[in-house]
Amino acid sequence: MSVIWILVGFSVAVAAGFLAAFIWAVRAGQYDDKYTPSVRILFEEEEKTSTFDEQPNSNAEGSTQNGDGHDTVRQ
Amino acid sequence: MSVELKYSAREDEKADAQSATTSSSICFHCGTPAESSAVQFDGKIFCCAGCRSVYQILSDSQLCRYYDFDKSPGSSPTLRPAQRFEYLDDPLIAKQLIDYADGNVAVLTLHIPSIHCSSCIWLLENLHRLDKGIRFSRVDFLKKSLLVRFAQDKTSVRAIVSLLSSLGYEPELNLGSLNRPTPTDNRRSLYLKIGIAAFSFGNIMLFSLPEYFDASRQDLASRNLFGYVNLLLALPVAIYSSSLFYRSAYQGLRKRVINIDVPIALGIAVVFLRSAVDVILGIGPGYFDSMAGLVFLLLIGRLFQDKTYDALNFERKYQAYFPLAVAVRTGGRETSVPITALRPGDRIVIRNNEIIPADSVLMAGSARIDYSFVTGEAHLVPKDVGELIYAGGKQTGSSIELEAVKEVSESKFVQLWNDFGGPERTKTRLLTLSTTVGKYFTLGILAVAISTAAYWMLYQPSLILDAVTAVLIVACPCALALAAPFAFGTAMRLFGTQHFYLKNSGVVEALSRIDTIVFDKTGTLTETSTTSVHYAGADLTSIEQEAIASVAHGSTHPLSQAIVRHIGAQAIRPVTDFVEIEGEGIQGTVGSLHVRLGARPFACGNGPSTEEDTGRTNVYVALNGRCTGSFEFVNRYREGIREALDQLGRQHHLAVLSGDTTRESGRLNDLYPNFVEMKFEQKPADKLEYIKELQRQHKRVLMIGDGLNDSGALWQSDVAIAVTEQSNAFSPACDAILKGDSVKHLAQIMTFTSTTIWIVYWSFAISLIYNIVGLYFAVQGALSPLLAAILMPLSSITVVVFSTFTTRALARSRGIG
Repeated sequence: MSVIWILVGFSVAVAAGFLAAFIWAVRAGQYDDKYTPSVRILFEEEEKTSTFDEQPNSNAEGSTQNGDGHDTVRQ
Repeated sequence: MSVELKYSAREDEKADAQSATTSSSICFHCGTPAESSAVQFDGKIFCCAGCRSVYQILSDSQLCRYYDFDKSPGSSPTLRPAQRFEYLDDPLIAKQLIDYADGNVAVLTLHIPSIHCSSCIWLLENLHRLDKGIRFSRVDFLKKSLLVRFAQDKTSVRAIVSLLSSLGYEPELNLGSLNRPTPTDNRRSLYLKIGIAAFSFGNIMLFSLPEYFDASRQDLASRNLFGYVNLLLALPVAIYSSSLFYRSAYQGLRKRVINIDVPIALGIAVVFLRSAVDVILGIGPGYFDSMAGLVFLLLIGRLFQDKTYDALNFERKYQAYFPLAVAVRTGGRETSVPITALRPGDRIVIRNNEIIPADSVLMAGSARIDYSFVTGEAHLVPKDVGELIYAGGKQTGSSIELEAVKEVSESKFVQLWNDFGGPERTKTRLLTLSTTVGKYFTLGILAVAISTAAYWMLYQPSLILDAVTAVLIVACPCALALAAPFAFGTAMRLFGTQHFYLKNSGVVEALSRIDTIVFDKTGTLTETSTTSVHYAGADLTSIEQEAIASVAHGSTHPLSQAIVRHIGAQAIRPVTDFVEIEGEGIQGTVGSLHVRLGARPFACGNGPSTEEDTGRTNVYVALNGRCTGSFEFVNRYREGIREALDQLGRQHHLAVLSGDTTRESGRLNDLYPNFVEMKFEQKPADKLEYIKELQRQHKRVLMIGDGLNDSGALWQSDVAIAVTEQSNAFSPACDAILKGDSVKHLAQIMTFTSTTIWIVYWSFAISLIYNIVGLYFAVQGALSPLLAAILMPLSSITVVVFSTFTTRALARSRGIG
């Protein structure tokens, strides 16, 4: 029956790992706003232009900003 | 549940917009009906230049996906001079607004009331595409706040605020935004407590399984092992997760109140100590599983109860009315100066509808000050040059120049404010149900424990400890403590769908005890929307309309305000020679037009002063002495109000307090059923006194007002409800906010609060049955851990399920939610 000692050790360690992950998530503020992420996740990845951006805007500066912005948001 | 809150304001606006016009002439940006003066750009229609400019900014930066998520999502920006945010360049102000800065990157949190849809979130989180200095921005939708991280060398607070304003997302900046304390970690620590309790609960159950199946009797080694593991797992639950019950019990006892948390804290402590002793002495496995499960459920109840409407503000702080800056004239130039930096001797310029920030002396201009949100008196106080004007008033009419005599912080205003309900509302008059029941319950349990001890003392002293601890464990009133949070919490959420937003779930209970309802007539019962006004007479040119609106704008009389809204003029122009004669009318000159508005003899010089025709009021218009026509107001009382009053009157004493003269009583008598008590010519102090008098007669008073006026009476009442048309940009002193068109549901709501109380009583009864069963075993010293582990969570879960589902089902059958 001494194998039970090993099993208890493992099961508690695994559970404690999840607990630590939960504590980290709360401390990191993941539970502060429980609504906005549900909207945010539906925003499509960039590049596709809007149906309202009819004439392709050849503004070079605008498109570089696009790229930058994308990276920043995903930080 | 809470989604309704978020979209409600918007949907209503859109519904109004659509009913008023065909969909083809709706502004592409903001969705308001675009009239003949519509601006066309890029093949789209805009209602004004502001909306067009937002579209232009977005289209230049290829941000038009903004219009993909929601139809016409925008808000029209306020067009005001660019130097308006000059004061944000002041390092002192900027520093107080910024949450955190390391010299390089700074973090700023702004409250933006106009956030309302997913397009808003998308645009505001893509701000870095409009301003390269912005590194990152994130919206908290429920709090309507935006967090911006920006490079301090590339952009500034002023640039960000100006950008947001130009997009129609003007942040709310007032004295209250300075040095705002960082949001407390209350919620976070509650989540941590729940998480830890859940972790321990699950694992303890796992290690207790052998015990449940009676499998560990043969294997003492593993039994001891599991016992110690459980003890270890239970330790954080007993110490950390339960700490809020100990604290609440301690606070209660210090105030000599036995609240429901006293037996809970006692139960948790006893169950932990008894189980620890059992394990250490090898007597048994203890009751750790029951304990962890109960703490977990109780904490969930706490979370459910603590729901609040983050975007709504129920506190009335004067800081929220004060601007951050004021225009100061030095030499010939006007600069924007932070009001905290205002010194005696400074010359300040106050425009129409601006607040006087410091006690000062009038130097030039005609001052007519509206002190309504200090004193609740809605009439204007005229002041002459050289007179002292106290801070907190709002100038109405043309701009004035003042010389400050005191610093803002030394103003008499703060004192005045404190006299009129500034300090926190403390509600000790109504004891909560849980407190009352908790008291008797605790006393009952102690009695049972003592008699058990006495009984075993006589017959078998060795069983005393066993039996007494078992009594305290099984009697832990967990189910009792869960019934109220779940029933009231559910009711509060359901009321939210009816646009009735409560400050906290305790208000449900307070409402159910109300026996007297006092209505403040202003704005509560009548509808103050443009639909009830129409103009009859000679056609007016747009210049004439603007002139009428400008003159009417100078008066706070509700009829004048309604005329301003009805005309919806683009600009308010300066008015000279403005005179308001109470009870008759107003006059003033705009450019070359002399405008007189008011009763027939005042404006047109003939005819009777009051029309015999009931139910309508006419405001006559004379331009340069020529009578052109009249605005007709059909006094539209809110739809369904009569029925609501009839129903309310069956169970409550009703009263209406009106500031109007008795002349109007005839019309009001028509509207209200005769059981309604009516009082006229009530000054704010009279209203306050009336409420106090009712309370002296031991009445429990609900006051319904518009939240801005009569704050004293609202504050004095047992429950205060503010009725408002738009719930987002509003900070009244009240316990609940009710949307104007939901007033008709008031009767249903009041009845339902009593139903909720009955549901709580029934839940109490259920939990008592479980307790009696448990006690039957406990007094005999025969409470096995297995029995406790089944009985205790079962009773809690039954109560939670019963109170939640019954509340929902009954609400549905009555058309709420």
